[in-house]
Amino acid sequence: MLAPDRPILDAIGGVPRPATDVVVEAVDVHKWFGRLHVLKGTSLAVRRQEVVVMIGPSGSGKTTFLRSVNHLERIQSGRIFVNGHLIGYREENGRLVEDRERNIARQRQEIGMVFQRFNLFPHMTALENVIEAPMHVRKVDAAEAREVGLALLTRVGLAHKAGSYPAQLSGGQQQRVAIARALAMKPALMLFDEPTSALDPEMIGEVLDVMKELAREGMTMIVVSHEMGFAREAADRMVMLDDGVVIEEGVPASFFDHPTNERTRAFLSKLL
Amino acid sequence: MKQLRPRSGGRTGLVLTAAVLVALLAAGCQPSTYQYRWDFFFDSIFRPDGLIIRGVSLTLYIAVVSQVIGVLLGVLGALGKMTKAPYLRGLAEFYIWFFRGTPLLVQISLIYFGLGVTGLYGWPDIGPLGEFGKGNVQAGIFALAVNEGAYMSEIVRAGILSIDPGQMEAAKSLGMTYGQAMRRIVLPQAARVIVPPLGNEFNNMLKTTSLLVAISVPELYVTFSRKNASGSTVFHPFELFLAAAVWYLLLTTVWALVQARIEARLGRGVGGEAPPSLRERLFGLRTRRPEEVPTISGGR
Repeated sequence: MLAPDRPILDAIGGVPRPATDVVVEAVDVHKWFGRLHVLKGTSLAVRRQEVVVMIGPSGSGKTTFLRSVNHLERIQSGRIFVNGHLIGYREENGRLVEDRERNIARQRQEIGMVFQRFNLFPHMTALENVIEAPMHVRKVDAAEAREVGLALLTRVGLAHKAGSYPAQLSGGQQQRVAIARALAMKPALMLFDEPTSALDPEMIGEVLDVMKELAREGMTMIVVSHEMGFAREAADRMVMLDDGVVIEEGVPASFFDHPTNERTRAFLSKLL
Repeated sequence: MKQLRPRSGGRTGLVLTAAVLVALLAAGCQPSTYQYRWDFFFDSIFRPDGLIIRGVSLTLYIAVVSQVIGVLLGVLGALGKMTKAPYLRGLAEFYIWFFRGTPLLVQISLIYFGLGVTGLYGWPDIGPLGEFGKGNVQAGIFALAVNEGAYMSEIVRAGILSIDPGQMEAAKSLGMTYGQAMRRIVLPQAARVIVPPLGNEFNNMLKTTSLLVAISVPELYVTFSRKNASGSTVFHPFELFLAAAVWYLLLTTVWALVQARIEARLGRGVGGEAPPSLRERLFGLRTRRPEEVPTISGGR
């Protein structure tokens, strides 16, 4: 399925090098949905080439946090930096002011996102999905975009499906196209929002294989997922979110075997 | 999901149409003081004079131009109604409210006579365009277009809202701006949803042009109305307006064929229900074969 001879990231010219060693730095992030206080001072730092797997009970704010990192959600206080740049806001006299749309769009080019429901563009073929943003956002010329696009589809094992529409692909195939689409923008950071939870069990493996390969090649990743096999194998660090705050973090071995927090222990026992 | 029994709706439509035609012919055979001049009817259709040709061309021209402008205004109206900018939204809401809430006949008169008499805009002729550039033709197109734009706004908005918000988010996550995402991702998908009601709007438009009688635009209806009022064909309203009806039917039927082709093209590559057949389109009756169980397309 995966073409194992060459790394996936070869297709985009190797591991993207962010400017700083800390790729993501979130400090005391607060988010309300109306009266519902979802993020209650979430803080997290992710270093270059680090793979962070985030777990937590339903409603703990995992997805909201991930979506705040590329400003698909507004936050009410706190700061999120990606590559040293404040995301989504400008600071004026110590207050946060939402940034101009064009600047936000530019920042998002550096951040790839993979959604639970794939969100492929149904009116475009797999290849067109992959080359859409490089061509119309980065203004890469068509021939080069196609070449990179085909190389990426080859790396996720879907070169033969380049001309297929999303409706003609299985869930696992759609999600692999979605990963290729995000990688085509040569992001410095990849966000995965429960990428396998909408998939039938037999398709989960093919998507996780692509993600493991990316992790091995040094992509910086934040993954919200309850796939514990993947976490043990690929994660550099586990993060437990509960009620909008990080309550525990650590390397997978100690995190799984000796969780210190009572709620982490209870949650893990339910997962396994 | 409930299975529907096959209905013979299409057949009923055909039978009804035939019955009406037979009744019309029978009426023609009955003794009466009225002298039928069927030659007026057939000549109007098979040997149309310059006036009729002009009428048909004007009707088609006005309908096409008004509809095109109406669609563009509809996209603007829809985006305006969904924007967060309060003044733009207010403007869009006022526009839609006004033109959907007043009769088209009033709008036509207000735009042509009202603007003309006050000197706000006198609708001067555009010389090189000849009959197509007359002031009242321009005013008619303007009125039909802004009226249509108000209705299209709601259709376009419904089309945009029917697209999964995940599409906009995916586009934004790739670095697109709102405008880029709308243009490249959301609107092309919404177009598929918009095309069937748009086709119906244009069918209406072809017929609604006849309201321009109010400002004496010599389109199809006015042409036949004038033939009925003067000349060798004076006072033969039955033959003349029946001929007018046939001309309108010709236009709407050709459009139904075109619409069927457009919908078939748009349907390529996506699943879902087959578009209605020509017969269903013309008689407005949907026949459903029992094996055709409705499916929900998209998503797995």
